[in-house]
Amino acid sequence: MSHDHTHDHTDYQPDIEDFPFTDRMVMTQAIAELIVEKGICTADELRQQIELMDSKEPALGARLVAKTWVDPEFKSRVLEDCAKAAAEIGIDIGDIPIKAIENTEDVHNVVVCTLCSCYPRMLIGLPPDWYKSRAYRSRAVKEPRKVLEEFGTHIPDNVEVRVHDSTADLRYLVLPARPDGTADWDERKLAQLITRDSMVGVTPAKSPDDT
Amino acid sequence: MTALRYSPGDKVQVREAYPPGHVRTPHFVRGCTGEVQEIAGVFPNPEELAYGRDGLPSVPLYRVVFKQSEVWDGYEGPAADTVVIDLYEHWLEPRT
Repeated sequence: MSHDHTHDHTDYQPDIEDFPFTDRMVMTQAIAELIVEKGICTADELRQQIELMDSKEPALGARLVAKTWVDPEFKSRVLEDCAKAAAEIGIDIGDIPIKAIENTEDVHNVVVCTLCSCYPRMLIGLPPDWYKSRAYRSRAVKEPRKVLEEFGTHIPDNVEVRVHDSTADLRYLVLPARPDGTADWDERKLAQLITRDSMVGVTPAKSPDDT
Repeated sequence: MTALRYSPGDKVQVREAYPPGHVRTPHFVRGCTGEVQEIAGVFPNPEELAYGRDGLPSVPLYRVVFKQSEVWDGYEGPAADTVVIDLYEHWLEPRT
């Protein structure tokens, strides 16, 4: 096939210099170049989107969850419409709907995307590698209690384990239960107990003894 | 406005179909019977969007809850354990 298009590939500066490109990295790069070349968006818009994604972190979700612990009406609004409630405290979760699901005395929720790796990125940042692994994606749905045990989380048999498979247009954020012994804590202090993993549902929130 | 075929509480069975291409219904749940928990909204059909088409008309998306013991032979956890899967209307059939 002739190489007759005109732009120059030689000035490309790889993100990682120490390793050879894998096939997937080449494919990703090729798609990025095509998107720019076809004028779907500019290179700078692509960069901005990556920058925006990288700016999201679990602290955002933790701030939201901490407020649900101290403000039951806010919690109702989060459960009803997470995007709208997040906007109240200055968090923009973007266009993809996120549904908050609440852990209770009777139900422990855990999230997986068995088909790919859907994740509430706008509230807790990029997913950890284990969330994207085939092992987690296949086992979390089939033997959730065993997987939870491997995270150090034991759910008693009288509590329902409910797995949420985000196969479609929604993303899920678990609202972990507020730990005992935190009655006089303010939101800022409470937020320190709310980890990324607790918002995926593989662990509870940290206990006050852990801080 | 898209008319909704199912309401919360309705029993539904996932179609036991294996079409080629981009589908959003996990294999493990096909043929299983569950209950509509809630209506998640109406979305352009991702199985069409995947091919660069417009995904219209949009399709209702349901959160369907299944007993784990219905989905997996020999599920080891308690009988009350469940899995909730987001499924588009065209993958569901009524079950009485």
